[in-house]
Order: sequence, then structure tokens, then C-alpha cells
Amino acid sequence: MSSVVRTRATGVWLILVLATSLSWVLGTDHGLSNDGHRMASVAILVVALFKARLVGLYFMDLRNAPAVLRGLFEGYCVAVCAVTISLFLLA
Amino acid sequence: MQQTQVPASTVRREHHIPGEAGLWLLLFGDMTVFAVLFCVYLNQRGKQLEVFAHSQGTLNRDLGALNTLLLLSSSLLVVLATRAVRGAARRSAPRLLVGAIAFGLGFVAVKVVEYHDKIAMGMTPDVNKFYMYYFVLTGLHLAHLFFGLVVLVVLFTLSRKAELSEGQFVLFEGGACFWHMVDLLWIVIFPLLYLVR
Repeated sequence: MSSVVRTRATGVWLILVLATSLSWVLGTDHGLSNDGHRMASVAILVVALFKARLVGLYFMDLRNAPAVLRGLFEGYCVAVCAVTISLFLLA
Repeated sequence: MQQTQVPASTVRREHHIPGEAGLWLLLFGDMTVFAVLFCVYLNQRGKQLEVFAHSQGTLNRDLGALNTLLLLSSSLLVVLATRAVRGAARRSAPRLLVGAIAFGLGFVAVKVVEYHDKIAMGMTPDVNKFYMYYFVLTGLHLAHLFFGLVVLVVLFTLSRKAELSEGQFVLFEGGACFWHMVDLLWIVIFPLLYLVR
């Protein structure tokens, strides 16, 4: 069983857990100014799409997929990241 | 017709489409629908910043983060199960999938607690736009999660077979990808609804 658990996916899972903790800390009230909250929110969105990309590449195994499929997925992550941050900042 | 058995760990993984190509139309379609909903939510937020900020403050960020960790852990177990059925450690796959299903049910339990708290405090979808989008986004995601749990039960059944045909293995991979998509969508929904302000 231990050899089953010792994989790159487990390392990626650890990064995902740490990134979730970072977002949770950034999203918690900690006396930041309004601008500080806005910057923290942008960082949270970047971390979220970075995490989504890791799930796609390492859990869905898209890193070994044909370039078109991997490109579509990476494009989705970049597009959602760019559009959500833009809409957030324009509000 | 003779079934083609999956050669244990000798399958070449480069340029490999996980699951079937058609499945990815469904997955990208679902992901696009959610992406549109993310944009609609942010657009509405821009029109009612105060209402959204105040309402968001009533959500329990700790439970949202806990649910993220539950789904990430469930997804990891599904990855390990997929590798197990492909390789020599296939006997561990059913146990890994039971763990994945348990984490998924844990997500549902946390969601039930959250919904119960919100509704008990009168925070229903008709109160304001924030709660409407909160229930629409999390409810639609929960519906996907329920379907994903059914998929995991199918994968569990497959994992107990002595051998998988190539078609069954493709089905296994596709089902696993659907579950990862449920995880991926929550990874964006959680910060968007609970953290970004």
C-alpha cells in the first residue's frame, strides 16, 4: 500500500492542500485596507486557477494528453483566471 | 468477441486521452457553463457590492475550506485507485475507492450542515442575489457531486474485477476524470463565493 501512496500525485496533493491553506488565510479577516483585500482577492483567484491547472495536469493526467486537449485545458484555466480577475477589478 | 486485456504497467502514457475523446466534450461543456456562471456572479456582485460583501460575511469559510480538503483528498484516492487498477497493486483499488466515496459523503454532510444553518437563519435564495447565486452555484455543483458519487460506485464495482478489458479501463479513467472535474469546479467556487471580496 505504501508504494501506491508514494507517487507524484501525492506531492501535488500536498501542494494543493498548502495552496488551499494560503487562500484560506488570505481570505480571512485580518485588518487589511480595502486595497489590501482587493490584492489578496486577486492572489486568491490566481491560486485557485493554479490549483485547477494542477488537478487537470496531474490528477486528470492531461500532462500526457495530446497537445490539443492539454492546450484547451490550459487555455480554459488562463481564460477563467483572466476574465474573473478582470470582472473583479472592474467592479 | 475476445476482450483485449490492459497490459499492466506497460501502457504508453504519452499522447494518451484520459477516458474517451467524447467525454471531454461533456467535461468542457460543463466547465464552460460554470465559467459563465462565475462571470454572471462577478457581474452581479459589481452591481451590489455592499449586499454581496455583507452576505458573504455570513458564510462559514472554515467549512468551505474543509470541503475543499475533503474533495482534494477524495480526488487523490481516485488517482491512486486508477494507478492501482492499471498496475500490480490492483487489490488496493477497492479500498482506495471506498475512501474516496467516504470523503465525498463527508463533503455532502458538511454541505447539509451549511444549508441547514443558512436556511434556519432565513438566508434563502429569495433574500438577495448573493444567496441566490450561492444556492445556484453550490446546488448545481452538489448535483454533479451526487452523480460523481454514483460514478465512483461504478468504479468500485469495476475495481473488484480480476481483470479489466480495455473498454472497461477507458470507462474507469473517464469516470475518474469526471470526479476530478467535480473537485476542480469546487476549487474555483470556494474562493469565488467565500473568499474573494
